[in-house]
Amino acid sequence: MTNMLKLHIKGGRLIDPANGVDQLTDIFIADGLIVGAGDTPLNFVANSVLDATGCIVCPGLVDLCARLREPGFEYKATLQSEMAAAVAGGVTRLSCPPDTDPPLDEPGLVQMLTHRARLPGFAHVHPVGALTVQLAGERLVEMVQLFDAGCVAFGQANRSIVDTQVLLRAMHYAATFGFPIWLQAQDSFLSRNGVAHDGEVAARLGLAGIPVAAETIALATILHLAQESGARVHIRRISSAAALEMLIAARASGINATCDVSINHLHLTDADIGYFNPHARLDPPLRSQRDRDALRAGLASGAIDALCSDHTPVDEDGKQVPFEEAEVGATGLELLLPLCLKWAQEMNVPLLAALARVTSNPARILGQHAASLAVGQVADICVFDPKATAIVSRENLKSQGHNTPFLGLELPGRVRYTLIDGALAYDAGL
Amino acid sequence: MNQPLSFQRNPQLNSNGELQHLLSIDGLPREIIERILDTAAPFTLVAEREVKKVPLLRGKSVFNLFFENSTRTRTTFEIAAKRLSADVINLNINTSSAAKGETLLDTVDNLAAMQADMFVVRHAASGAPYLIAQHLAATGRKHIRVVNAGDGRHAHPTQGLLDMYTIRHYKKDFSQLTIAIVGDVLHSRVARSQIHGLTTLGVPEVRVIAPRTLVPTGVERMGVRVFNDMREGLRGVDVVMMLRLQNERMQGALLPSPQEYFKSYGLTPEKLALAKPNAIVMHPGPMNRGVEIDSSVADGAQAVILPQVSFGIAVRMAVMAMLGGGGQ
Repeated sequence: MTNMLKLHIKGGRLIDPANGVDQLTDIFIADGLIVGAGDTPLNFVANSVLDATGCIVCPGLVDLCARLREPGFEYKATLQSEMAAAVAGGVTRLSCPPDTDPPLDEPGLVQMLTHRARLPGFAHVHPVGALTVQLAGERLVEMVQLFDAGCVAFGQANRSIVDTQVLLRAMHYAATFGFPIWLQAQDSFLSRNGVAHDGEVAARLGLAGIPVAAETIALATILHLAQESGARVHIRRISSAAALEMLIAARASGINATCDVSINHLHLTDADIGYFNPHARLDPPLRSQRDRDALRAGLASGAIDALCSDHTPVDEDGKQVPFEEAEVGATGLELLLPLCLKWAQEMNVPLLAALARVTSNPARILGQHAASLAVGQVADICVFDPKATAIVSRENLKSQGHNTPFLGLELPGRVRYTLIDGALAYDAGL
Repeated sequence: MNQPLSFQRNPQLNSNGELQHLLSIDGLPREIIERILDTAAPFTLVAEREVKKVPLLRGKSVFNLFFENSTRTRTTFEIAAKRLSADVINLNINTSSAAKGETLLDTVDNLAAMQADMFVVRHAASGAPYLIAQHLAATGRKHIRVVNAGDGRHAHPTQGLLDMYTIRHYKKDFSQLTIAIVGDVLHSRVARSQIHGLTTLGVPEVRVIAPRTLVPTGVERMGVRVFNDMREGLRGVDVVMMLRLQNERMQGALLPSPQEYFKSYGLTPEKLALAKPNAIVMHPGPMNRGVEIDSSVADGAQAVILPQVSFGIAVRMAVMAMLGGGGQ
């Protein structure tokens, strides 16, 4: 059915960060691929036309971290619900962290997940395999077999590896085969029992703090071992100005490391905890305004490579408890584009550069597909209206998780259509 | 980011700025604090009557909801409610529902269905009474009042208010005082409530005295001066507010030993001599004699620790009377 479709996306402003293109152009799709831009290709007769007048046509968004909650946490969300959220958010490709139950530490689990996710209308799913068995930080997983099963990288989700010898060996082993390692920099001792940034807000609210040093110490360890092992390292969810400075300096000295920031940390600070809002209970914690401002500037300058949703659907029971007992995380797949646009507006970042942070840059880190709209590429496309706005509400969210600190806010940008492999996966029906 | 959210507004005041719940002294206007203290004054006399009761809460049900063990605070709330003629129901939840897996809000819903007018809540988690107040508002039961009887490290507003009452009783004018809070500020909900109370009432210098391991990061932003040297910190103060040091602080590398703590931060007659001659010594209880305070100071002429307890009942009566417990 997909193969029969010949699609004409008409009247839109094409923004293709991978190729530096930003112009009013029609594009033409056949057999799941982009077959032309500008003039109608020879002998092309569209059997469907999408009117993109006033809209932006860009590559489908690539999200470096979205929890689909399968296997093990189906009461929080299912593949079905979260895939609907992905396409509603214009996300056509995502990677999911290994913190499922059981964790993604066996090839069979990964095969099952990728098989179940390979359905028409679903975003492309690339699992990150566990780096250690059970994420326990003790024994290495069968990386080669997990890679063959579909893992694109290896990591520990939000856990850290306490034993530095294990970490060094894991990096050496991964580097042997050129597998990337994705890690969150958080010292498990300094973050023990902590629930909020160690600062004025935590002091006032009586919440146990997590100092910035928890991030910088762990980051220093990771960077030193990356240099030692030559492993390709990606730092997930950077949260502080100090950590970002360290990372910039490390790169200048030749260490091979990329990093991302979440939509939450790009916009919020510990002050947004307000009066114990459990939706602001996140990992890493929301930090100070100075940190937030550094992250915003870092994403603009390119010091931070990508923006991710860190999508974490949590059921009501996990949030209807006191702040410090609340489960960490926020739903985000449907907010990635609006919050990227909001940041771009506030920071005066041109759309071409802003969209690179959620398309071509994360695609490069993922290493699977260029997220390009050049002729011959797979037609994974997002068409959105940059002028329309929408209020974040429980009713509007397709994700099973309604947990987000942005509830009630009006955000810019509404997705009109999402195409995956040249087929319409989402139509807002506007 | 400005969020149009219920979590951005303190639910203890309604849109007219009137007291709905007592959750924290943080954000409580000076006029309301003063009104509570003024209301408490005549209640101190109720205890001296032959019939120690006034009928202000007759027919109202006050639920003492204690998710964390406490004998002293629960008892004073119970006495206060009974002197106001309320029906008092005591629940020690850590030994009943919570152990069976019932959530905090399920417990609240069940008790609300029993026609509760007021919840007096103690919980080990900071912010738990806020969650309850937000939940009651979101489910159309705004008439049920919540009084925070201590939540985690966050707040213990009635303790803070009774301390303000005590200071006013002995010192009259807050605007000329230098006051030191000594001890484990990091883990202390009492200290936080005291700091907010003192700064709101216009005390020009509030000091915090503790080793660095027991001072929260950024506490200066709450309007206090931090002293690590107790002798320096006590010099010339009018009021010394001691905090309780819990034994478990000796674990986790916060302090080496009770003996060493006492040597540096225990209140002895010799250190107290650095304060003003008429300085008063306060303590929220229960005291650890020989750890944070020397017996000769605790039992000495400058100590006002037992009057604090009596004032506590009057202040809690004032809070409950002002909240009124429903009044639909």
